[in-house]
Amino acid sequence: MSYMQTLLAGAAKRTFWMPETAATQAENVDGIFYFIYWLCVFFFVLIVGVMIYFVIKYRRRGAHDRTSDIEGNTRLEIAWSVIPSVLLLVMFMWGFRDWMSLNVAPEGAIDVRVTAQRWQWNYALPRHGCDGVDELRVPINEPVKLTMSSIDVLHSFYVPAFRVKKDALPNRYTVLWFNATKLGTFDVFCTEYCGTKHSTMYSKIKVVTRAEYDKWTKSGCGMDNLSPKELGPKIFKMRGCPACHSIKKGVKGTGPWLAGKYGTIETLADGSKVKIDDEYIRESIMNPNAKVVKGFGPVMPTFKGRITPKQMNALIDYIKSLK
Amino acid sequence: MATVTTANGHASEHHEVGSNYLNARKGVLSWLFTLDHKRIGVMYLAGTLFFFMIGGILALLVRTELLTPAGDLFQGDTYNRVFTLHGAIMVFIFIIPSVPAALGNFVLPLMLGTKDVAFPRINLLSFWIWMLGTAFLLYSIIAGSVDTGWTFYTPYSSDPQVGSQAGSAIIWALMGVFILGFSSILTGVNFITTVHKMRAPGMTWTKMPLFIWGIYATAVIQVLATPVLAITLLLLTIERTLGIGIFDPALGGDPVLFQHFFWFYSHPAVYIMILPGMAIISELVTVHSKKNIFGYKPIAYSSMAIAIISFLVWGHHMFTSGQSELASTVFSALTFAVAVPTAIKVFSWVATLYKGSISLNTPMLYCLSFLFLFTIGGLTGLFCSTLATDIHIHDTYFVVAHFHYVMMGGTVIAFLGGLHHWWPKMTGRWYNENWGRFAAALVFIGFNVTFFSQFVLGSQGMPRRYHTYHSASPDLKAIFTKWHQVSTVGSYILAAGLFITLFYLLHSLFRGKKVAEKNPWGAKSLEWLTETPPIEHNFHEEPVCLHGPYDYDEISPDGQGAGADEDDDSPLYLDKKTEAKKAEEPKAEEKKAEEKKAEEPKAEEKKAEEKKAEEKKAEEPKAEAKKAEAKKAEETKAEEKKAEAKAEAKSDDEADKDKK
Repeated sequence: MSYMQTLLAGAAKRTFWMPETAATQAENVDGIFYFIYWLCVFFFVLIVGVMIYFVIKYRRRGAHDRTSDIEGNTRLEIAWSVIPSVLLLVMFMWGFRDWMSLNVAPEGAIDVRVTAQRWQWNYALPRHGCDGVDELRVPINEPVKLTMSSIDVLHSFYVPAFRVKKDALPNRYTVLWFNATKLGTFDVFCTEYCGTKHSTMYSKIKVVTRAEYDKWTKSGCGMDNLSPKELGPKIFKMRGCPACHSIKKGVKGTGPWLAGKYGTIETLADGSKVKIDDEYIRESIMNPNAKVVKGFGPVMPTFKGRITPKQMNALIDYIKSLK
Repeated sequence: MATVTTANGHASEHHEVGSNYLNARKGVLSWLFTLDHKRIGVMYLAGTLFFFMIGGILALLVRTELLTPAGDLFQGDTYNRVFTLHGAIMVFIFIIPSVPAALGNFVLPLMLGTKDVAFPRINLLSFWIWMLGTAFLLYSIIAGSVDTGWTFYTPYSSDPQVGSQAGSAIIWALMGVFILGFSSILTGVNFITTVHKMRAPGMTWTKMPLFIWGIYATAVIQVLATPVLAITLLLLTIERTLGIGIFDPALGGDPVLFQHFFWFYSHPAVYIMILPGMAIISELVTVHSKKNIFGYKPIAYSSMAIAIISFLVWGHHMFTSGQSELASTVFSALTFAVAVPTAIKVFSWVATLYKGSISLNTPMLYCLSFLFLFTIGGLTGLFCSTLATDIHIHDTYFVVAHFHYVMMGGTVIAFLGGLHHWWPKMTGRWYNENWGRFAAALVFIGFNVTFFSQFVLGSQGMPRRYHTYHSASPDLKAIFTKWHQVSTVGSYILAAGLFITLFYLLHSLFRGKKVAEKNPWGAKSLEWLTETPPIEHNFHEEPVCLHGPYDYDEISPDGQGAGADEDDDSPLYLDKKTEAKKAEEPKAEEKKAEEKKAEEPKAEEKKAEEKKAEEKKAEEPKAEAKKAEAKKAEETKAEEKKAEAKAEAKSDDEADKDKK
């Protein structure tokens, strides 16, 4: 077992196979990963080694080589059925034990809501009144529980350094928890295919000290102390608007570009005309498919209930300011 | 031109010399409307190989895009369409029909010693349906091209409000796969009936070649699982076109239900793909080592065990999906249960090589490649079936590498091995053996470079179906870039190997040396008894099966094996005409007898060897009992195997010395 410990101690940093370990469960997962790994190496060397040995030793020397009439060997066959079965049982039990601990969040874990939306992750900390956070911060050595859902298609929340992954579904909550053991910033990927920009549905988790974490939550998770001028672009980016709406003139995305649009007249899909004013922008965010500009599909998701009045004002001001 | 056969196809009429299934009838229509299983098999072969090439080119595009972290070859949407098409073509159009419908169609009735499959018309219908389904799937490219991945996960595939904008293309693709499913079912029904009802006289279930067992197990899955896919796709089509909520939460449906339905088919489908590959390996490993199969019954029954258990493990695709913990636990345990029969097969194939006469020709090289690659594919499955580790590697390149090692390293490599094995019989021509070996080596190297690097990518955290990977943090991005580049270079090597194969096979069709023998490999199954290429109705006279399929002439009788009590000089299978010919050639028989005499002393030596080996074996248990106390279980096993190998090897050496 001492070799296992050295492995685990060394596994904190990135190895050939595994990324760095930055959460309690990660070390457990790596333990079983390397157990299976060395078993695989053993059996691979055994099988392929014996095969190569046979191929060399019993290679054809002439057209009339005699071969042996061996039809089986009961003892050998029982051995290679029973021994793997026992090993498989060990793997199953070990994997099951660690997996259960991945599933059951300890009591008193910090509550975080995660909302997945094509193609971004949004975090909310209900206890601190924060919503619409695009980069999550968590304190080191404390359990954090993520309650996740999606507002459109399936997504999957994956932090390689924590060895955790769970799908976010549109019709139910799923739960994932971790206890980060290392300060730093860690990648969050979406691993359930979700369309055009699946590969850029990326976010970060920043593991900080408790003191820093408290400071951050008290400031509204980095949002409250922003002026409307700073808040507008932040919300615009955080809500994923640039994925479809360019802020440059003439760049057509999934949706129309926004620069210089304020105050102009647009033709809608049904041929009617509408003036781009504050109310049209507000309506297009809350009920986006009510008045769709000609040439575009009714594909924008609603942001109803996810943008505060303060954020809405800042956003409209920002769009107005785009020239 | 041979005489036209009567309606019941009685093969009593005279066949002109040189007439075979390829030239007996002429013209395109004689192919498209043929009821001959061999011609249908050849058409399937041409079709599936063509789409293997198309799917492969799409894979090269994917690999080329991933050379750099940014998306510089394609737009995101285009990339998504390319990998979807790659998956859909490879799974539904190529791999599923490749071995059973192409090689199986050709070989199975010949191996059973029968004139055709049980329902020749249904067989032809299955090919037409395959073409129709393929046409639908191809039309979906024109209709906008699907970007859902070959798995069609909901609600991305079903709800245009929040998901795919591919529009009607999805319907076309779904209908294509739906139709292809029927082709698969019809082939399955046909094979099951043929195996039950049309075996040659004397061919009991345990005298069937193991290829038949594998194809039979596959057929059972095809018939039982494919309807579930059909229903699922139909439900999805209904939801998408009529707006009835089944899988889409916006309409009150459940997206995880789709995954259950989908994998209820698609996991058994994995075995529809791999069992035929395993079936081919059982043939290659015996024929090209002139060796009796080690553990006939365990291999045969493990095929059936895999077929049955394969229905109970679909949930292992869904450990992160939000299905209940209990369900995941049960699925994990059942998944481990599949590993046992699979392990038994691999061990048995390796043991078959023991004391064989191993020819390193192209089919055998593919067979050895299979054992190497499939072992990796199977072992890495353990990471995926273990709950805790699967959470980390699920939906990463680790899984991509794992299933390519099984599907391509397993099935496709076995398919290529089988293709080279039966090519002389099918075409009557030889391919260039040197090019064949060279290409096999290139494919082996290219494959490992391509996909082994993806294991590292995946365990380091690279998610699958990613168009770009520039978002990742710098050190991770550096690792991803490095291994993606290695993988892409590997894919070019692999492609080179496959294109070389294509060229020398095409060359062999027109310029290849003609195959002079009926049975160039010295194989014992019935398909080698007929002319090369086979005549239109397979056999001049109905063959009779007297011995097992792996009783090679070269096997030395030791008084223990089955059939040792039979007259050793009798041919293992009897074709009445062949027998008659033999009677006309007493000289040949005499020569054989002389050879036998010359070899008799050797046989006696062998007996002596084996006695010694037995004595060694008898000593083993004592030694082992001591070892077992000291060492762990897995080590015991290794020791046992090694000790045995050593014991045998020693006795060999001793025998050699004695000779000197």
